[in-house]
Amino acid sequence: MASEITTSEYIKHHLTNATMCSTDQGIAFNKACADAGFWAWHVDTLAWSIGLGILFLWLFRSAAKKATTGVPGKWQAFVEIIIEFVNDNVRDSFHGRNNLIAPLALTIFVWVFLMNLMDLVPVDVLPWLAGQVGYHGFGMDPHDVYMKVVPTTDLNLTLALALGVFFLILFYSVKVKGFGGFTKELTMQPFNHWAFIPVNFILESVTLLARPFSLALRLFGNLYAGELIFILIATLGLWQLPLHFPWAVFHILVIVLQAFIFMMLTIVYLSLAHEDH
Amino acid sequence: MNINATLIGQLIAFAVFVWFCMKYVWPPLLAAIEERQKKIADGLEASDRAEKDLELAQHKATEQLKEAKAQAAEIIEQAKKRANVLVDEETQRGHAEREKIIAQGYAEIEAERNRAKEELRKQVAALAVAGAQQILQREIDAQAQNDIVEKLVAEL
Repeated sequence: MASEITTSEYIKHHLTNATMCSTDQGIAFNKACADAGFWAWHVDTLAWSIGLGILFLWLFRSAAKKATTGVPGKWQAFVEIIIEFVNDNVRDSFHGRNNLIAPLALTIFVWVFLMNLMDLVPVDVLPWLAGQVGYHGFGMDPHDVYMKVVPTTDLNLTLALALGVFFLILFYSVKVKGFGGFTKELTMQPFNHWAFIPVNFILESVTLLARPFSLALRLFGNLYAGELIFILIATLGLWQLPLHFPWAVFHILVIVLQAFIFMMLTIVYLSLAHEDH
Repeated sequence: MNINATLIGQLIAFAVFVWFCMKYVWPPLLAAIEERQKKIADGLEASDRAEKDLELAQHKATEQLKEAKAQAAEIIEQAKKRANVLVDEETQRGHAEREKIIAQGYAEIEAERNRAKEELRKQVAALAVAGAQQILQREIDAQAQNDIVEKLVAEL
């Protein structure tokens, strides 16, 4: 089976999401959805990300339910280390009173980390499993079963996270500064003169809009590139054995770092949104 | 890589996760951490206080012991002094008593001697007079010779 497909087909197969859409003939999958336009769903991204999100919440909720103020258990101690780490970062960067920021930062950090972590699962394992399930369960050609297991390599997911943060930036900007204050911030900076209003507006709008897109593209780009290199290494035959390990070790750094950067920038952007000039 | 409805699904999932975390995960965990921090801080403070108290108590005990020792020494000193004074006084009184008794004895002896002397004198005088009377009865009047008798008595 593997010998029948070319390297480029192999890479393309690994980089294609399992898609679902509804057509005139009912619910359709993958290639049938090629011209479904916007109303198509990446079921692998959705399933893995929501599954990992629920895993995160379940694990942390189980610690929260049994949280004791006395001597903590091992799991509670571990969870508390993460909580304290996030809380310290929030307190260092965010100087307002807002009960949303810290849980938001925690959710982003752990969720993104878990999704990135899927990158360390050898690239063929889960797609192969999905292919076997598709072949034996539904009589499909395994090559037609797509499974992209790292949700953060899907721009839809990173953009959704970034847009969520962007909406919060807008919401708190208006809430803290008022609509007038926010408009003033967009039009009266950096040149405080009425003649510069259009120039200011262009500059500030670009700054504002660059935030969600840089957030989304940074995470997506890093993880997509990492995943691509894993796939390329996997095409090298025996040579993948010495190469895979160092790249995986290096990638551990990328995984944590990208989750941390996403969290940190979210805190900083929301902190800026709360600052009244 | 194309943007599609997954974006909306992920946005909803993201919002729900953040809401759940904010409602059920973050507050109890942070509350537990903060409560424990407070407990530890209280415990440390209490131990500090106890240590200080102990030091204070030890200091006080040492001071009291020292004071007690000093008092005991003073009491012993006083008792010794008092004993010395008592002994002195008693010795003096004994001396005085002895002197008095001796003086009394002398006086009594003196008085007795004087009395005896007087008695003796009187008896001798009477004896002399009686003797002289008997001698002189026949020849001289006792009256006329009385001055001689008196002179004899005085010489005794």
